[in-house]
Amino acid sequence: MLNIHCPNCGVTAEETEFHAHGEAHLKRFGPGSTDDQFESYLFMRKNPKGVHFERWRHQNGCGKWFHVARCTMTLEVFGSYSAQTYTPPQEIIEKIQHRRPDWSAEAEAS
Amino acid sequence: MKKYSVFAVAREAMRHHTGWERAWRDAQPKAKYDVIIIGAGGHGLATAYYLGKNFGITNVAILEKGWLGGGNTGRNTTIIRSNYLQDPSAAIYEKSRSLYETMSQDLNYNVMFSPRGVIMLAQTEHEVRGYKRTAHANALQGVPTEWITPARVKELCPIMNIDGPRYPVLGGLWQARGGTARHDAVAWGYARACSDMGMDVIQQCEVTGIRQTAGKVTGVTTTKGDIACDKLGMVVAGHSGHLADMAGFRLPIESVALQALVSEPIKPAMDIVVMANTVHGYLSQSDKGEMVIGGGTDGYNNYTQRGSFHHIEETVRALIETFPMLSRLKMLRQWGGIVDVTGDRSPILSKTPVEGIFMNAGWGTGGFKAIPGSGWAMAELMAKGHSPLTDAFGLERFIEGRFIDESVAAGVAH
Repeated sequence: MLNIHCPNCGVTAEETEFHAHGEAHLKRFGPGSTDDQFESYLFMRKNPKGVHFERWRHQNGCGKWFHVARCTMTLEVFGSYSAQTYTPPQEIIEKIQHRRPDWSAEAEAS
Repeated sequence: MKKYSVFAVAREAMRHHTGWERAWRDAQPKAKYDVIIIGAGGHGLATAYYLGKNFGITNVAILEKGWLGGGNTGRNTTIIRSNYLQDPSAAIYEKSRSLYETMSQDLNYNVMFSPRGVIMLAQTEHEVRGYKRTAHANALQGVPTEWITPARVKELCPIMNIDGPRYPVLGGLWQARGGTARHDAVAWGYARACSDMGMDVIQQCEVTGIRQTAGKVTGVTTTKGDIACDKLGMVVAGHSGHLADMAGFRLPIESVALQALVSEPIKPAMDIVVMANTVHGYLSQSDKGEMVIGGGTDGYNNYTQRGSFHHIEETVRALIETFPMLSRLKMLRQWGGIVDVTGDRSPILSKTPVEGIFMNAGWGTGGFKAIPGSGWAMAELMAKGHSPLTDAFGLERFIEGRFIDESVAAGVAH
């Protein structure tokens, strides 16, 4: 059972109160984009074995969206942060690096 | 390879069972193979088997990072059916189901295929309409299924409560030729037949890198050294994304945990398979007497081979309403497997951006039933470059928008 913190309303609760909605920080491509860009935006996923940034919604709570950094290998939750950002904040990156010294944000971005 | 038969059993009984040989050789990798298959689960072994049997390609290695059939092949609920809505799915799943019928004879290995019949329960009006539509589609596809009434459901499965308050049974989609098989035996039988054809089944050999020159695959790097190959088949279910990352491309796949559990063994109580997709639960009784229960997937990416407790709770809570007698059973074991789910809930059997690499993945929550058909089709794809069974399942369907949409039809649970 994951324990997740909602940065919107400040509640920390078990995962049953929340719902996961897949990879975070997808760059949206719409009209005018190439087929490859559109396919990549709609379907292609990093699906990493390790650190994963994802969108969650506080479904049975405040109802708002936010982001969570989590490890798919150990189910460790590194932290949650606002959905109003294109990249994970420095504070979250430091938390991850503290637990996963080998992991780098630059490799993740590529 | 010595043939298994009643005479062999009698002969060995006379000499204290000293004459049995290993079912497959414990092979070590050679420097080069024509074809390397990554993943010695059901799908990988079946691919290798049909490469040898149908196309005479036997210079093949099957690499497995753990032990043979230790992934999803040994973690499913062993249900076999082919009542899919879309034509390409019905074609490959029906091919697969029909291969299961003769598999024990073909492999000379008892896979305990039991065509006991599968009901998919309709518990909402939407499901009634959906399954009637599927029954009509199946009639056109030549897959024998029928829509049955609640009374017939009760007759087939007397332990079911068909007038529950929340989930009344409104009918069902019945496939009499569906059933179950022993999942380990499927992997073992294929491994034995592959080894007999001269293929190398190499366990505890994890692929750590994929070598390529000018966009063409040349081999793999493994924990047992470098191995060269002309063609590479990636058949690794939940870890497909991880391998694709090594090869330098991305997949429209996300890996999630799917759980199952078994009860203590009881006397025979049901002799069919029941799937209840509304409540995300499915149930059958194993030959040992355990009630085998499958649930839904977790909602988030996961590689841990274990799932959330609350999903078990939801599955069991819903099932005991339809099967009240389950409520007094103790659950013995619970486990999870990592399934590879695609956007349209249909598999990917395809060439990839790297020449010489083929992939077979995305079977999601229902791969066991597809093992022989998937292997048959994948072998044809790897040997000839295309197969009528795989043409619709290419990676390009995500660019072209030609989805094989089973998530609406039947893809919720398997």
